[in-house]
Amino acid sequence: MTEEAAVRIKDMLEKDEILSSGHRMCAGCAAPTIVKLMGMALRGPTVVCEATGCLEVATTIYPYTAWKIPWIHVAFENASAVASGVVEAYKVMHQKGRFEHEHVDVIAIGGDGGTFDIGFGSLSGMLERGHDVVYMVYDNGAYQNTGIQRSGATLPGQETTTSWAGKVSPGKEQRKKPIAEIVAAHKIPYVATVSPYHRRDFIQKFRKALEVEGPAFIHAISPCPRGWRSETGKSMELAKLAVETGIHPLYEVFDGEEYKMSGPSKRIKELTPIEDYMKPQGQFRHLFKDPQWEGFREQIQTWIKEDWELLKKKCGVE
Amino acid sequence: MSEKFDEIPMAGNIIKPGNATEYKTGGWRSERPVHIPETCLWIKNGTCGICWIYCPDMAIKLIEKDGKYEFEYDYDYCKGCGICYNECPTDSIKMEKE
Repeated sequence: MTEEAAVRIKDMLEKDEILSSGHRMCAGCAAPTIVKLMGMALRGPTVVCEATGCLEVATTIYPYTAWKIPWIHVAFENASAVASGVVEAYKVMHQKGRFEHEHVDVIAIGGDGGTFDIGFGSLSGMLERGHDVVYMVYDNGAYQNTGIQRSGATLPGQETTTSWAGKVSPGKEQRKKPIAEIVAAHKIPYVATVSPYHRRDFIQKFRKALEVEGPAFIHAISPCPRGWRSETGKSMELAKLAVETGIHPLYEVFDGEEYKMSGPSKRIKELTPIEDYMKPQGQFRHLFKDPQWEGFREQIQTWIKEDWELLKKKCGVE
Repeated sequence: MSEKFDEIPMAGNIIKPGNATEYKTGGWRSERPVHIPETCLWIKNGTCGICWIYCPDMAIKLIEKDGKYEFEYDYDYCKGCGICYNECPTDSIKMEKE
């Protein structure tokens, strides 16, 4: 329980990695980087519970596992329920004297499908019961693992295999679920949004999430070159642009009430136009090719600006 | 993994953590990152390390030995995504065709 979070590069190098090489995530996927940064924030014995998703499937293809810490997977919809069970089990084992450690950190990880849609019921239940779990969602904007189907986290205008773009439709027409705010509405102690590009911010927030008593929630953006049809080397750049364009603003929410904008977002004077974020991605190509969707593109920009202004108001930032 | 049926652990459990290292993903690569030590900040004074932080395959080894800094690619696992090449602040990494 005494291990410090590693923020400086020298400390990071000394910290044990929790994910090994040889996992079969796609080239350029940001999720292993997210797990690596998560490992930098750990403070002692940790258990990871995972919902089905790219990360679960590709890191544990039998007979291999890339995880170096205890890891459990059950089903798509119940990562948070399993995490609750793990917390209770350790509590009982400790009471009966069968387990020496005072405390075990339990982390639940889900993709955006397993969090925004399928696992939402069990997530909400866990938050309501107040189990001491950190839930992290790595949000790549669709069910990338099963073949890029739209999810609640898909951005408007994004083309997926269940929201095709063409003459009739500009891709997904609806807005993205504001998951961090929905979770914050449960009045849990800590909610934060992070981006792997801003690594210091990421590690510090994750450490805060581990340290609070009760449930905490982390929303990380995770660029997916395969599904976003972007270049594999551009993943971190897109993670940065997502913050700069206001698509994924970085903020924290304490006890569901107190909003606080984080440094990287606070320093933004004016939002970068979303075109900069969309152009490197093939999934938004139709918005530029077909002149009839120009209006829709402006509509997306307006939505994002509205959300940004509202967030600024909540955080008390001018 | 080429064990016979009676050598596989009971219930097919995976006993060794992180045994994915036995599976080499280097063959996925179509472009190979090559390090240029002259301008690299890690070699110079042991700072930066951005490539190591962002590498999703843990294929970069930053080694500190007797006050000297060394840099090494693990081409057994590097998938050639090019994140290190894109993010290097001093352009000390170049991509070459395999």
